Amino acid sequence: MNNEALKELLYKMADDLLILGHRNSEWTGMGPLLEEDIAFSSMAQDKIGQSLALYQLLHQLGEQEPDTVAFMRHARLFHNCLLTELPNAEYDFSLIRHFLFDTADALRWKSLTQSSYTPLAQLAGKVRGELRYHTLHANTWIKRLGSATDESISRLQQSLNELMPYALGIFEPSPFEEELIKRNIFEGERHLQAQWLLGIESVLNATELRLPDLKSLTPAYGGRVGKHSLHLQPLLDEMSEVFKLDPTAEW
Amino acid sequence: MLSLVDLGVITHVEVIEELVHVEMTPTFVGCPAMDIMKQEVIDVLQKNGWTSKVEINFRQPWSSDKISEKGKIALKKFGLAPPPGDAAIIADIDFLEHVPCPRCNSLNTELKNPFGPTLCRSIHYCRSCRETFEQFKPVG
Repeated sequence: MNNEALKELLYKMADDLLILGHRNSEWTGMGPLLEEDIAFSSMAQDKIGQSLALYQLLHQLGEQEPDTVAFMRHARLFHNCLLTELPNAEYDFSLIRHFLFDTADALRWKSLTQSSYTPLAQLAGKVRGELRYHTLHANTWIKRLGSATDESISRLQQSLNELMPYALGIFEPSPFEEELIKRNIFEGERHLQAQWLLGIESVLNATELRLPDLKSLTPAYGGRVGKHSLHLQPLLDEMSEVFKLDPTAEW
Repeated sequence: MLSLVDLGVITHVEVIEELVHVEMTPTFVGCPAMDIMKQEVIDVLQKNGWTSKVEINFRQPWSSDKISEKGKIALKKFGLAPPPGDAAIIADIDFLEHVPCPRCNSLNTELKNPFGPTLCRSIHYCRSCRETFEQFKPVG
């Protein structure tokens, strides 16, 4: 059986989680509150662990070892969406990204519990429960800060406006979309985007924040096919710096 | 004493022709203690004269409902609030509020952070005995 479609799905999911996991880890020691420091660090650990589990599935399908895949690829071989690689900027920016991405990610894993590819469906059964804590965290803070002070509302609104085109890039159409749907591996990006929109709307409706007009936005595509922003390669260089000192070392 | 079986991390054991097949599953996918636990299982079996094959998989994914009653008592004795009953029906933040304090059993407690010192623990504060405590997080 030809696994190109499955591999493309696994790679983009794993790369999203590895890169956003790394960005989350950059909040370690820098969070605005101790609790947030711990929260972003914990979510980083979850996401990087989940990416490892996906790279292991890829390894079983004949791809290289997880460490090699994570640390030795050039940016143009990464399939993460652009949203995940943007620098953290201010806390409001990271929080909005966390909310937009994790709402989509939770729905993606939920749908994958029904995947015809059993190893992925089994992993999804596990990850789904963990992600509840991520969406719970995001929704709690969006609701709280999205209806708090003029400053918190305007900061979040500005980040929401800025990140929305990137969030649409999560759902960049895949050349394998129809095949994945036909083989019951995954419900497809278009369907996921529709579900995601309902999810974020229901949270935003409980705040003073307004969803930007999607028709006026151009989705930031390119990440899924290796066309990245200038921000990804420096992230990869930093992430792999120690590994590359001696790739054969036992840790 | 809390065993890996009571914690629900060992999901299957079978002896086939003198070889012990053990299946394990992590509490959280990113659990960094998994390799250590796996190695300890191999070592203990070896010390007792058994050759083993240990596999980590998600065939029976861990949920906090997999912790045995004995395991919950052991957690509480250790000072960690055990997870509540049915993790599958837990849907909101409320499930983390008012966790019984493992020291004084008071329900007058509050959630400080759903994320704690490890992936599987949350942080709470007891207003009765004025101590911070941790809960083994419910995951469904």
